[in-house]
Amino acid sequence: MTESAQRQHMVYAYAVLRPTPEAARAAAVLRGVADEQVGLVETGDLAAAVGPVPAEEFEEGALKAGLEELPRLEALARGHHGVVAGLAPLGAVLPLRLATVYRDEDRVRQVLQERRDQFLPLLERLAGHVEWGVKVYTDPTDSLARDAAVPAGATGGEDALSPGRAYLAARRRRRRGAEEAWQTAARTAARIAEEAGALAVGRVAHRPQRGELAQVAGGGTAGGGKPGGENIANDAYLVSADRAEEFRSRVLAAAEGQPGVRVEVTGPWAPYSFALPPDPAARPEPV
Amino acid sequence: MTTTEPVAGRLGPPRLPATPYGQGAEGAPSLADILERVLDKGVVIAGDIRINLLDIELLTIKLRLLVASVDKAKEMGIDWWEHDPSLSSRARTRAVQDDDQERSLTEENARLRAEIAALRARAEDRSVDG
Repeated sequence: MTESAQRQHMVYAYAVLRPTPEAARAAAVLRGVADEQVGLVETGDLAAAVGPVPAEEFEEGALKAGLEELPRLEALARGHHGVVAGLAPLGAVLPLRLATVYRDEDRVRQVLQERRDQFLPLLERLAGHVEWGVKVYTDPTDSLARDAAVPAGATGGEDALSPGRAYLAARRRRRRGAEEAWQTAARTAARIAEEAGALAVGRVAHRPQRGELAQVAGGGTAGGGKPGGENIANDAYLVSADRAEEFRSRVLAAAEGQPGVRVEVTGPWAPYSFALPPDPAARPEPV
Repeated sequence: MTTTEPVAGRLGPPRLPATPYGQGAEGAPSLADILERVLDKGVVIAGDIRINLLDIELLTIKLRLLVASVDKAKEMGIDWWEHDPSLSSRARTRAVQDDDQERSLTEENARLRAEIAALRARAEDRSVDG
């Protein structure tokens, strides 16, 4: 109905970076969250990667509704990440949090100017660095293997037990196996953290992933696509770009031959986990 | 019969090569990994759309719970992902395991009843013979 509303656009901001010709060229071939063409908004020595998005999809109500629906949230998150990832190899980028939307490009310039003192030191610190994610999981298939390997005699001859008792005995053994696996994994995680810490310039601990989403997500990634296992360490490391491959191979080597664990190295990421302003007051506290 | 082997020997496919910024086809980053970064990390600046701060923080908390602890989320009455089939695979697996457990117990029960019946019949035969 409202022709003007259909044509109206908001400005979605993805990242803050340096306004270089390469950055402008790289941005120009990227498509954003609304499949829009991405470009740079520049002011002085700072730029933001932005894209025009339809106002009716990104005004408050619609955006909020979209964020509450997982398929749309996923599309938004992947679109956002795609732009950040496309710019990251150029050098320093400061990824902005998802759904940072402005009325127009002038507002973006205004914010860049207001925050210049915060953005410039961060850009300088992160230039030439990448982020790696290192996740350590217990491997439940290993503890099951241990169960199967236990000779029947050692468990008191389960064949002689009633189904209920046999079930409980099996559960007890499985729980013991899981505890052992957890402790092994914790030791491995500590070893890996030591190895990784020596090569990294920064480390941020994320919360271990334990939800349904983590289970689904763990399926298709490095580590053989094995489902299950408890995520006991989920860390992000900031690593100099020229040591990126070394970091990855040494972390995986440290995990090699460790029974009962599965280690995933993800990345390289744009330095999301390190793009936080040093001033804690600038970070909203969880309610 | 499965045996315990070193991790390196057991994992079938070789480690994936590094993909530049998670853009590789097979190495596409998981949604959980992306969400914990785009929602929980990155630079927070206020936008003009008032989805920011409180709303995004609430959403972040929801997703953090989704990634961190489903039980906790349920305690708080947050369960919007449960209706999403793409997220309920673990619940499905659990249901299948329970079914298996139940089925094997039912089968065992049936087998035992049959044995008892057979023993009874034999005992009755004997008493008739005697």
